[in-house]
Amino acid sequence: MKAIEIDDIHFAYPESDEILNGVSLDVKKGEFVSLVGQNGSGKTTLAKHFNGLLRPNKGKVIILGEDSKNFSIAELSRKVGHLFQNPENQIFEETVFSEVAFGPKNLGLSEVEIKERVDRVLKITRLSKYRDTHPLSLSGGEKQRLALASVSVMEPQILVLDEPTTGLDLLSIQGILDIVKELHNRNVTVFLITHDMGLVSELSERVVVMERGQIIGDGTPREIFANDELLTRASLEPPQIMKFSKMLGLNPEVKVDALYKRIVEAL
Amino acid sequence: MIEIRDLHFKYHSQTDEVLKGVNLKIKKGEFVSIIGPSGCGKSTLCLTLNGIIPKTISGQFSGDVIVDGMNTKEYEVSEFSKKVGMILQNPESQLFAMTVEEELAFGPENLAVPREEIEDRISWALSIVNMENKRDEFPGNLSGGQKQRIAIAASLTMMPEILVLDEPTSQLDPIGKREVFSVLQQLHKEEKMTIVLVEHRTEPIAELSDKVVVMDNGAIVLQGSPRVVFEKVPILRELGIMVPDISYLTYLLKEGGYVKDIALTVEEARRLFI
Repeated sequence: MKAIEIDDIHFAYPESDEILNGVSLDVKKGEFVSLVGQNGSGKTTLAKHFNGLLRPNKGKVIILGEDSKNFSIAELSRKVGHLFQNPENQIFEETVFSEVAFGPKNLGLSEVEIKERVDRVLKITRLSKYRDTHPLSLSGGEKQRLALASVSVMEPQILVLDEPTTGLDLLSIQGILDIVKELHNRNVTVFLITHDMGLVSELSERVVVMERGQIIGDGTPREIFANDELLTRASLEPPQIMKFSKMLGLNPEVKVDALYKRIVEAL
Repeated sequence: MIEIRDLHFKYHSQTDEVLKGVNLKIKKGEFVSIIGPSGCGKSTLCLTLNGIIPKTISGQFSGDVIVDGMNTKEYEVSEFSKKVGMILQNPESQLFAMTVEEELAFGPENLAVPREEIEDRISWALSIVNMENKRDEFPGNLSGGQKQRIAIAASLTMMPEILVLDEPTSQLDPIGKREVFSVLQQLHKEEKMTIVLVEHRTEPIAELSDKVVVMDNGAIVLQGSPRVVFEKVPILRELGIMVPDISYLTYLLKEGGYVKDIALTVEEARRLFI
Protein backbone atom coordinates (compact mmCIF):
# COMPACT_ATOMS: atom_id res chain seq x y z
CA MET A 1 0.00 0.00 0.00
CA LYS A 2 1.15 3.51 -0.70
CA ALA A 3 1.38 6.06 2.10
CA ILE A 4 0.41 9.04 -0.05
CA GLU A 5 -1.14 9.19 -3.51
CA ILE A 6 -1.77 12.60 -4.98
CA ASP A 7 -3.59 12.65 -8.28
CA ASP A 8 -3.51 15.84 -10.34
CA ILE A 9 -4.48 18.26 -7.58
CA HIS A 10 -5.11 21.94 -8.13
CA PHE A 11 -5.39 24.50 -5.36
CA ALA A 12 -5.98 28.25 -5.13
CA TYR A 13 -7.10 30.46 -2.27
CA PRO A 14 -10.31 32.32 -3.14
CA GLU A 15 -9.72 35.03 -5.73
CA SER A 16 -6.02 34.42 -6.18
CA ASP A 17 -3.81 32.58 -8.65
CA GLU A 18 -3.40 28.82 -8.47
CA ILE A 19 -0.68 27.79 -6.03
CA LEU A 20 -0.75 24.13 -7.06
CA ASN A 21 -1.43 23.52 -10.70
CA GLY A 22 -1.60 19.84 -11.39
CA VAL A 23 0.51 17.98 -8.85
CA SER A 24 0.71 14.17 -8.90
CA LEU A 25 2.91 12.24 -6.49
CA ASP A 26 3.12 8.74 -5.00
CA VAL A 27 4.99 8.07 -1.78
CA LYS A 28 5.59 4.47 -0.69
CA LYS A 29 5.18 3.38 2.91
CA GLY A 30 8.41 3.79 4.85
CA GLU A 31 9.99 6.07 2.26
CA PHE A 32 12.03 9.17 3.23
CA VAL A 33 11.21 11.92 0.77
CA SER A 34 12.61 15.47 0.74
CA LEU A 35 10.71 18.27 -0.93
CA VAL A 36 12.79 21.22 -2.12
CA GLY A 37 12.15 24.42 -4.06
CA GLN A 38 12.15 28.16 -3.55
CA ASN A 39 9.75 30.02 -1.24
CA GLY A 40 6.40 30.34 -2.98
CA SER A 41 6.89 27.21 -5.09
CA GLY A 42 3.99 25.48 -3.31
CA LYS A 43 5.80 23.07 -0.94
CA THR A 44 3.92 23.96 2.24
CA THR A 45 0.60 24.21 0.40
CA LEU A 46 1.12 20.70 -0.96
CA ALA A 47 2.01 19.26 2.47
CA LYS A 48 -1.08 20.85 4.06
CA HIS A 49 -3.19 18.61 1.81
CA PHE A 50 -1.86 15.45 3.48
CA ASN A 51 -3.67 16.04 6.77
CA GLY A 52 -6.68 17.88 5.39
CA LEU A 53 -5.66 21.37 6.53
CA LEU A 54 -6.28 22.24 2.89
CA ARG A 55 -8.57 20.44 0.46
CA PRO A 56 -7.88 20.45 -3.27
CA ASN A 57 -10.15 22.37 -5.66
CA LYS A 58 -9.65 19.54 -8.12
CA GLY A 59 -7.95 16.13 -7.99
CA LYS A 60 -7.57 13.45 -5.33
CA VAL A 61 -5.56 12.99 -2.15
CA ILE A 62 -5.37 9.37 -1.01
CA ILE A 63 -3.78 8.71 2.38
CA LEU A 64 -2.91 5.13 3.34
CA GLY A 65 -5.23 3.81 0.67
CA GLU A 66 -8.30 5.90 1.48
CA ASP A 67 -9.61 9.05 -0.12
CA SER A 68 -8.92 11.88 2.32
CA LYS A 69 -12.19 13.64 1.50
CA ASN A 70 -13.96 10.98 3.59
CA PHE A 71 -12.06 12.03 6.72
CA SER A 72 -12.04 15.05 9.02
CA ILE A 73 -8.83 16.87 9.91
CA ALA A 74 -8.95 15.21 13.34
CA GLU A 75 -9.09 11.76 11.79
CA LEU A 76 -6.34 12.54 9.29
CA SER A 77 -4.09 14.02 11.96
CA ARG A 78 -3.91 10.61 13.63
CA LYS A 79 -2.42 9.20 10.44
CA VAL A 80 -0.36 12.22 9.41
CA GLY A 81 1.71 14.12 11.99
CA HIS A 82 2.69 17.64 10.98
CA LEU A 83 5.61 19.53 12.52
CA PHE A 84 5.69 23.21 11.65
CA GLN A 85 8.59 25.62 11.39
CA ASN A 86 7.97 27.58 14.55
CA PRO A 87 7.57 25.27 17.57
CA GLU A 88 6.10 28.02 19.80
CA ASN A 89 2.96 28.02 17.67
CA GLN A 90 2.34 24.43 18.70
CA ILE A 91 2.88 24.83 22.44
CA PHE A 92 0.07 25.73 24.83
CA GLU A 93 0.11 23.55 27.99
CA GLU A 94 1.68 24.26 31.40
CA THR A 95 4.09 21.35 31.62
CA VAL A 96 6.04 19.29 29.13
CA PHE A 97 4.16 16.17 30.24
CA SER A 98 0.68 17.62 29.74
CA GLU A 99 1.74 19.17 26.44
CA VAL A 100 2.67 15.75 25.08
CA ALA A 101 -0.31 14.05 26.79
CA PHE A 102 -2.83 16.41 25.18
CA GLY A 103 -3.22 14.46 21.92
CA PRO A 104 -3.44 10.95 23.43
CA LYS A 105 -6.03 12.20 25.97
CA ASN A 106 -8.22 13.24 23.09
CA LEU A 107 -7.88 9.75 21.62
CA GLY A 108 -9.67 8.48 24.76
CA LEU A 109 -6.76 6.30 25.90
CA SER A 110 -6.58 5.12 29.53
CA GLU A 111 -4.43 7.04 32.10
CA VAL A 112 -1.93 4.16 32.17
CA GLU A 113 -1.64 4.01 28.41
CA ILE A 114 -1.23 7.77 28.16
CA LYS A 115 1.52 7.82 30.75
CA GLU A 116 3.30 4.94 29.09
CA ARG A 117 3.17 6.54 25.63
CA VAL A 118 4.23 9.99 26.84
CA ASP A 119 7.15 8.67 28.87
CA ARG A 120 8.35 6.58 25.93
CA VAL A 121 8.27 9.59 23.60
CA LEU A 122 9.94 11.88 26.15
CA LYS A 123 12.74 9.35 26.37
CA ILE A 124 13.24 9.21 22.59
CA THR A 125 13.26 13.00 22.40
CA ARG A 126 15.59 13.22 25.44
CA LEU A 127 13.13 15.40 27.36
CA SER A 128 12.42 13.09 30.31
CA LYS A 129 14.22 15.39 32.75
CA TYR A 130 11.94 18.28 31.76
CA ARG A 131 8.74 16.29 32.39
CA ASP A 132 7.37 18.88 34.87
CA THR A 133 8.98 21.98 33.37
CA HIS A 134 7.04 24.81 31.72
CA PRO A 135 7.43 24.36 27.94
CA LEU A 136 8.18 28.03 27.29
CA SER A 137 11.27 27.91 29.50
CA LEU A 138 12.93 25.41 27.16
CA SER A 139 15.60 26.43 24.61
CA GLY A 140 14.79 26.67 20.88
CA GLY A 141 16.10 23.20 20.11
CA GLU A 142 14.29 21.67 23.11
CA LYS A 143 11.01 23.32 22.10
CA GLN A 144 11.34 21.87 18.63
CA ARG A 145 12.00 18.42 20.19
CA LEU A 146 8.90 18.92 22.35
CA ALA A 147 6.79 19.76 19.32
CA LEU A 148 8.18 16.65 17.64
CA ALA A 149 7.34 14.60 20.78
CA SER A 150 3.74 15.90 20.72
CA VAL A 151 3.43 14.89 17.09
CA SER A 152 5.05 11.47 17.39
CA VAL A 153 3.14 10.47 20.55
CA MET A 154 0.10 10.12 18.27
CA GLU A 155 2.06 7.37 16.49
CA PRO A 156 1.31 8.71 13.03
CA GLN A 157 2.30 6.52 10.10
CA ILE A 158 3.28 9.57 8.09
CA LEU A 159 5.37 12.43 9.46
CA VAL A 160 5.53 15.77 7.66
CA LEU A 161 8.35 18.09 8.74
CA ASP A 162 8.11 21.63 7.38
CA GLU A 163 11.56 23.24 7.69
CA PRO A 164 12.09 21.76 11.15
CA THR A 165 15.64 23.06 11.53
CA THR A 166 15.26 26.76 10.63
CA GLY A 167 16.94 28.99 13.19
CA LEU A 168 18.34 26.10 15.25
CA ASP A 169 22.03 25.60 15.97
CA LEU A 170 23.86 22.52 14.79
CA LEU A 171 23.63 20.46 17.97
CA SER A 172 19.87 21.07 18.09
CA ILE A 173 19.53 20.16 14.42
CA GLN A 174 21.45 16.95 15.10
CA GLY A 175 19.09 16.20 18.01
CA ILE A 176 16.02 16.57 15.77
CA LEU A 177 17.56 14.48 13.00
CA ASP A 178 18.47 11.62 15.32
CA ILE A 179 14.84 11.38 16.39
CA VAL A 180 13.56 11.57 12.83
CA LYS A 181 15.99 8.82 11.78
CA GLU A 182 14.80 6.64 14.65
CA LEU A 183 11.13 7.13 13.65
CA HIS A 184 12.02 6.35 10.05
CA ASN A 185 13.71 3.13 11.19
CA ARG A 186 10.38 2.19 12.77
CA ASN A 187 8.88 2.37 9.30
CA VAL A 188 7.31 5.81 9.63
CA THR A 189 7.03 7.51 6.23
CA VAL A 190 8.91 10.83 6.42
CA PHE A 191 8.19 13.83 4.23
CA LEU A 192 10.75 16.59 4.83
CA ILE A 193 10.43 20.13 3.46
CA THR A 194 13.78 21.89 3.62
CA HIS A 195 16.14 24.41 2.04
CA ASP A 196 19.17 22.59 3.40
CA MET A 197 20.69 20.59 0.56
CA GLY A 198 23.16 19.01 3.00
CA LEU A 199 20.28 17.46 4.97
CA VAL A 200 18.67 16.29 1.76
CA SER A 201 21.80 14.48 0.61
CA GLU A 202 22.46 12.98 4.01
CA LEU A 203 18.99 11.73 4.87
CA SER A 204 16.69 11.15 1.97
CA GLU A 205 16.31 8.35 -0.50
CA ARG A 206 14.32 10.53 -2.82
CA VAL A 207 14.13 14.24 -3.63
CA VAL A 208 11.13 15.96 -5.19
CA VAL A 209 11.67 19.43 -6.68
CA MET A 210 8.85 21.96 -6.95
CA GLU A 211 8.69 25.17 -8.94
CA ARG A 212 5.64 27.39 -9.49
CA GLY A 213 3.09 24.93 -8.25
CA GLN A 214 4.38 21.95 -10.18
CA ILE A 215 6.76 19.06 -9.64
CA ILE A 216 9.69 19.51 -12.00
CA GLY A 217 12.06 16.84 -10.69
CA ASP A 218 11.87 13.53 -8.82
CA GLY A 219 14.81 11.18 -8.17
CA THR A 220 17.64 10.16 -5.84
CA PRO A 221 19.76 13.00 -4.41
CA ARG A 222 22.57 11.95 -6.79
CA GLU A 223 20.31 12.12 -9.83
CA ILE A 224 18.74 15.45 -8.87
CA PHE A 225 21.92 17.25 -7.84
CA ALA A 226 23.74 16.09 -10.99
CA ASN A 227 21.07 17.74 -13.15
CA ASP A 228 22.34 21.30 -13.61
CA GLU A 229 19.51 22.36 -15.86
CA LEU A 230 16.91 21.31 -13.28
CA LEU A 231 18.77 23.02 -10.42
CA THR A 232 18.98 26.27 -12.36
CA ARG A 233 15.26 26.17 -13.11
CA ALA A 234 14.49 25.72 -9.41
CA SER A 235 17.24 28.23 -8.36
CA LEU A 236 18.92 25.59 -6.21
CA GLU A 237 22.62 25.43 -5.48
CA PRO A 238 24.23 21.97 -5.93
CA PRO A 239 26.08 20.66 -2.83
CA GLN A 240 29.86 21.25 -2.83
CA ILE A 241 30.63 17.54 -3.08
CA MET A 242 28.51 17.19 -6.22
CA LYS A 243 30.23 20.19 -7.83
CA PHE A 244 33.66 18.85 -6.95
CA SER A 245 33.05 15.27 -8.13
CA LYS A 246 31.96 16.65 -11.50
CA MET A 247 34.99 18.93 -11.66
CA LEU A 248 37.25 15.92 -11.18
CA GLY A 249 35.36 14.05 -13.88
CA LEU A 250 34.38 11.32 -11.41
CA ASN A 251 30.98 9.71 -10.99
CA PRO A 252 28.63 12.27 -9.40
CA GLU A 253 28.46 11.88 -5.62
CA VAL A 254 26.73 13.88 -2.89
CA LYS A 255 28.30 12.41 0.26
CA VAL A 256 31.80 13.12 1.54
CA ASP A 257 32.64 9.45 2.31
CA ALA A 258 31.50 8.27 -1.11
CA LEU A 259 33.60 10.86 -2.95
CA TYR A 260 36.57 10.21 -0.66
CA LYS A 261 36.48 6.54 -1.68
CA ARG A 262 36.26 7.40 -5.37
CA ILE A 263 39.19 9.81 -5.18
CA VAL A 264 41.37 7.34 -3.30
CA GLU A 265 40.53 4.63 -5.86
CA ALA A 266 41.30 6.98 -8.74
CA LEU A 267 44.66 7.92 -7.21
CA MET B 1 39.41 49.00 15.64
CA ILE B 2 38.00 46.88 18.46
CA GLU B 3 39.86 45.60 21.47
CA ILE B 4 38.22 43.42 24.10
CA ARG B 5 40.22 42.79 27.27
CA ASP B 6 39.34 40.16 29.86
CA LEU B 7 35.61 40.72 29.46
CA HIS B 8 33.26 39.13 31.98
CA PHE B 9 29.50 39.59 32.03
CA LYS B 10 26.60 38.13 33.98
CA TYR B 11 22.93 39.05 33.40
CA HIS B 12 21.09 39.96 36.61
CA SER B 13 18.55 37.21 36.02
CA GLN B 14 21.15 34.44 35.72
CA THR B 15 23.47 32.72 38.14
CA ASP B 16 26.38 32.00 35.78
CA GLU B 17 28.51 34.37 33.77
CA VAL B 18 27.68 34.42 30.05
CA LEU B 19 31.11 35.80 29.17
CA LYS B 20 33.99 34.36 31.15
CA GLY B 21 37.10 36.31 30.21
CA VAL B 22 36.99 37.14 26.51
CA ASN B 23 40.05 38.68 24.83
CA LEU B 24 39.79 39.67 21.18
CA LYS B 25 41.33 42.17 18.77
CA ILE B 26 39.65 43.14 15.53
CA LYS B 27 41.60 45.18 12.98
CA LYS B 28 40.18 47.95 10.83
CA GLY B 29 38.66 46.47 7.67
CA GLU B 30 38.75 42.91 8.98
CA PHE B 31 35.87 40.48 8.38
CA VAL B 32 35.49 38.43 11.55
CA SER B 33 33.02 35.57 11.92
CA ILE B 34 31.94 34.22 15.30
CA ILE B 35 30.62 30.69 15.61
CA GLY B 36 29.64 28.44 18.51
CA PRO B 37 26.75 26.45 20.02
CA SER B 38 23.58 28.17 21.33
CA GLY B 39 24.17 29.83 24.66
CA CYS B 40 27.94 30.15 24.14
CA GLY B 41 27.75 33.93 24.57
CA LYS B 42 28.14 35.09 20.97
CA SER B 43 25.00 37.26 20.89
CA THR B 44 25.91 38.77 24.27
CA LEU B 45 29.37 39.57 22.93
CA CYS B 46 27.76 41.44 19.99
CA LEU B 47 25.77 43.59 22.41
CA THR B 48 28.97 44.70 24.13
CA LEU B 49 30.33 46.13 20.87
CA ASN B 50 28.09 49.21 20.86
CA GLY B 51 27.79 49.70 24.60
CA ILE B 52 24.24 48.33 24.91
CA ILE B 53 25.93 46.09 27.46
CA PRO B 54 26.63 47.48 30.07
CA LYS B 55 24.81 50.80 29.45
CA THR B 56 21.27 49.73 28.53
CA ILE B 57 21.28 46.11 29.66
CA SER B 58 22.98 46.15 33.02
CA GLY B 59 24.50 43.25 34.89
CA GLN B 60 27.83 42.35 36.40
CA PHE B 61 30.38 43.69 33.95
CA SER B 62 34.15 43.71 34.19
CA GLY B 63 36.96 44.16 31.68
CA ASP B 64 37.16 46.61 28.78
CA VAL B 65 35.67 46.97 25.33
CA ILE B 66 37.44 49.66 23.33
CA VAL B 67 35.86 50.64 20.04
CA ASP B 68 37.85 53.03 17.85
CA GLY B 69 39.73 54.27 20.91
CA MET B 70 36.60 54.77 23.05
CA ASN B 71 35.98 52.63 26.11
CA THR B 72 32.29 51.64 26.04
CA LYS B 73 32.05 52.14 29.82
CA GLU B 74 32.85 55.82 29.47
CA TYR B 75 30.46 56.89 26.70
CA GLU B 76 26.72 56.83 26.04
CA VAL B 77 25.21 54.29 23.66
CA SER B 78 24.21 57.12 21.29
CA GLU B 79 27.90 57.89 20.72
CA PHE B 80 28.37 54.43 19.29
CA SER B 81 25.28 54.46 17.07
CA LYS B 82 27.34 56.42 14.52
CA LYS B 83 30.24 54.01 14.68
CA VAL B 84 28.64 50.59 15.01
CA GLY B 85 25.68 49.40 12.95
CA MET B 86 23.83 46.42 14.43
CA ILE B 87 21.73 43.97 12.39
CA LEU B 88 19.68 41.26 14.08
CA GLN B 89 18.18 37.93 13.07
CA ASN B 90 14.70 39.07 12.21
CA PRO B 91 14.61 42.09 9.89
CA GLU B 92 10.94 42.74 10.67
CA SER B 93 11.83 43.74 14.21
CA GLN B 94 13.96 46.57 12.81
CA LEU B 95 11.64 48.01 10.15
CA PHE B 96 8.83 50.41 11.06
CA ALA B 97 8.45 53.18 8.42
CA MET B 98 5.86 53.36 5.63
CA THR B 99 8.41 53.57 2.81
CA VAL B 100 11.94 52.37 2.27
CA GLU B 101 13.07 55.97 1.89
CA GLU B 102 11.62 57.05 5.26
CA GLU B 103 13.16 53.98 6.87
CA LEU B 104 16.58 54.99 5.58
CA ALA B 105 16.17 58.69 6.44
CA PHE B 106 15.20 58.04 10.06
CA GLY B 107 18.69 57.59 11.53
CA PRO B 108 20.45 60.55 9.88
CA GLU B 109 17.41 62.83 10.44
CA ASN B 110 17.77 62.21 14.15
CA LEU B 111 21.41 63.22 13.93
CA ALA B 112 20.30 66.44 12.20
CA VAL B 113 22.29 65.63 9.08
CA PRO B 114 21.57 68.25 6.33
CA ARG B 115 18.85 67.28 3.87
CA GLU B 116 21.11 67.02 0.78
CA GLU B 117 23.51 64.80 2.61
CA ILE B 118 20.71 62.52 3.78
CA GLU B 119 19.68 62.25 0.15
CA ASP B 120 23.23 61.29 -0.86
CA ARG B 121 23.49 58.74 1.90
CA ILE B 122 20.17 57.11 0.97
CA SER B 123 21.16 56.81 -2.69
CA TRP B 124 24.54 55.38 -1.75
CA ALA B 125 23.07 52.86 0.74
CA LEU B 126 20.41 51.71 -1.71
CA SER B 127 22.99 51.23 -4.45
CA ILE B 128 25.13 49.07 -2.15
CA VAL B 129 22.25 46.75 -1.29
CA ASN B 130 21.17 46.87 -4.92
CA MET B 131 17.64 48.11 -4.24
CA GLU B 132 17.47 51.54 -5.89
CA ASN B 133 14.18 50.58 -7.52
CA LYS B 134 12.42 49.93 -4.18
CA ARG B 135 12.80 53.42 -2.76
CA ASP B 136 9.06 54.15 -2.53
CA GLU B 137 8.02 50.62 -1.61
CA PHE B 138 6.28 49.71 1.68
CA PRO B 139 8.87 47.57 3.54
CA GLY B 140 6.17 45.04 4.48
CA ASN B 141 5.78 44.12 0.80
CA LEU B 142 9.40 43.05 0.41
CA SER B 143 10.76 39.50 0.54
CA GLY B 144 12.77 38.38 3.59
CA GLY B 145 16.11 38.92 1.86
CA GLN B 146 15.05 42.37 0.66
CA LYS B 147 13.88 43.35 4.16
CA GLN B 148 17.22 42.35 5.62
CA ARG B 149 19.03 44.32 2.90
CA ILE B 150 16.91 47.37 3.80
CA ALA B 151 17.80 46.90 7.48
CA ILE B 152 21.47 46.88 6.42
CA ALA B 153 20.96 49.97 4.23
CA ALA B 154 19.24 51.75 7.13
CA SER B 155 22.27 51.24 9.32
CA LEU B 156 24.60 52.28 6.47
CA THR B 157 22.97 55.72 6.31
CA MET B 158 24.49 56.34 9.75
CA MET B 159 27.89 55.90 8.06
CA PRO B 160 29.16 53.36 10.63
CA GLU B 161 32.72 52.10 10.51
CA ILE B 162 31.77 48.73 11.92
CA LEU B 163 28.83 46.50 11.07
CA VAL B 164 27.81 43.81 13.58
CA LEU B 165 25.38 41.16 12.31
CA ASP B 166 23.85 38.50 14.57
CA GLU B 167 22.73 35.57 12.39
CA PRO B 168 21.31 37.91 9.74
CA THR B 169 20.26 35.12 7.37
CA SER B 170 18.95 32.40 9.69
CA GLN B 171 15.31 33.24 8.86
CA LEU B 172 15.89 33.66 5.12
CA ASP B 173 15.49 31.26 2.20
CA PRO B 174 18.55 30.35 0.08
CA ILE B 175 18.05 33.23 -2.38
CA GLY B 176 17.70 35.71 0.51
CA LYS B 177 20.84 34.29 2.17
CA ARG B 178 22.84 34.69 -1.03
CA GLU B 179 21.63 38.29 -1.46
CA VAL B 180 22.67 39.29 2.05
CA PHE B 181 26.07 37.57 1.90
CA SER B 182 26.89 39.22 -1.40
CA VAL B 183 26.10 42.64 0.14
CA LEU B 184 28.45 41.82 3.03
CA GLN B 185 31.17 40.76 0.63
CA GLN B 186 30.84 44.06 -1.22
CA LEU B 187 30.91 46.12 1.99
CA HIS B 188 34.06 44.32 3.02
CA LYS B 189 35.91 44.33 -0.31
CA GLU B 190 34.88 47.70 -1.73
CA GLU B 191 33.88 49.87 1.22
CA LYS B 192 36.61 48.36 3.43
CA MET B 193 34.16 48.16 6.29
CA THR B 194 34.96 46.23 9.48
CA ILE B 195 32.44 43.40 9.76
CA VAL B 196 31.59 41.15 12.71
CA LEU B 197 29.27 38.31 11.71
CA VAL B 198 27.68 35.72 13.98
CA GLU B 199 26.80 32.77 11.79
CA HIS B 200 26.41 29.04 12.28
CA ARG B 201 26.83 27.80 8.73
CA THR B 202 30.49 27.37 7.90
CA GLU B 203 30.27 27.57 4.09
CA PRO B 204 29.73 31.34 3.93
CA ILE B 205 32.23 31.84 6.77
CA ALA B 206 34.90 30.01 4.79
CA GLU B 207 34.24 32.14 1.74
CA LEU B 208 33.96 35.55 3.37
CA SER B 209 36.02 35.86 6.53
CA ASP B 210 39.56 36.92 7.28
CA LYS B 211 39.28 35.52 10.78
CA VAL B 212 37.08 32.95 12.53
CA VAL B 213 36.42 33.03 16.26
CA VAL B 214 35.03 29.88 17.89
CA MET B 215 33.24 30.36 21.21
CA ASP B 216 32.07 27.82 23.74
CA ASN B 217 30.68 28.32 27.21
CA GLY B 218 31.46 32.05 27.43
CA ALA B 219 35.02 31.90 26.17
CA ILE B 220 36.95 31.89 22.92
CA VAL B 221 38.32 28.39 22.32
CA LEU B 222 39.88 28.86 18.87
CA GLN B 223 40.68 31.79 16.61
CA GLY B 224 42.57 32.30 13.39
CA SER B 225 42.17 32.30 9.63
CA PRO B 226 39.41 30.01 8.30
CA ARG B 227 42.10 27.62 7.08
CA VAL B 228 43.74 27.33 10.49
CA VAL B 229 40.43 26.97 12.35
CA PHE B 230 38.66 24.60 9.95
CA GLU B 231 41.58 22.20 10.07
CA LYS B 232 40.71 21.42 13.70
CA VAL B 233 37.92 19.09 12.64
CA PRO B 234 37.78 16.92 15.80
CA ILE B 235 37.56 19.92 18.19
CA LEU B 236 34.86 21.54 16.06
CA ARG B 237 32.83 18.33 15.82
CA GLU B 238 32.78 18.12 19.57
CA LEU B 239 31.13 21.57 19.61
CA GLY B 240 28.62 20.49 16.97
CA ILE B 241 30.31 22.60 14.30
CA MET B 242 30.57 20.96 10.90
CA VAL B 243 33.20 22.42 8.58
CA PRO B 244 32.14 22.85 4.92
CA ASP B 245 31.90 19.49 3.13
CA ILE B 246 34.75 20.42 0.81
CA SER B 247 37.00 21.22 3.80
CA TYR B 248 36.04 17.93 5.47
CA LEU B 249 36.77 15.97 2.30
CA THR B 250 40.19 17.61 1.87
CA TYR B 251 40.86 17.16 5.60
CA LEU B 252 40.32 13.40 5.20
CA LEU B 253 42.53 13.38 2.09
CA LYS B 254 45.22 15.32 3.94
CA GLU B 255 45.11 12.89 6.87
CA GLY B 256 45.48 10.06 4.36
CA GLY B 257 48.53 11.79 2.87
CA TYR B 258 46.89 12.39 -0.52
CA VAL B 259 46.93 16.21 -0.50
CA LYS B 260 49.05 18.82 1.29
CA ASP B 261 46.41 21.25 2.51
CA ILE B 262 42.72 21.58 3.28
CA ALA B 263 40.50 23.58 0.92
CA LEU B 264 37.94 26.22 1.88
CA THR B 265 36.13 26.32 -1.44
CA VAL B 266 35.51 23.94 -4.33
CA GLU B 267 37.79 26.07 -6.52
CA GLU B 268 40.63 25.73 -3.99
CA ALA B 269 40.09 21.98 -3.84
CA ARG B 270 40.41 21.78 -7.61
CA ARG B 271 43.78 23.51 -7.45
CA LEU B 272 45.03 20.89 -4.97
CA PHE B 273 44.64 18.31 -7.72
CA ILE B 274 46.39 20.14 -10.55
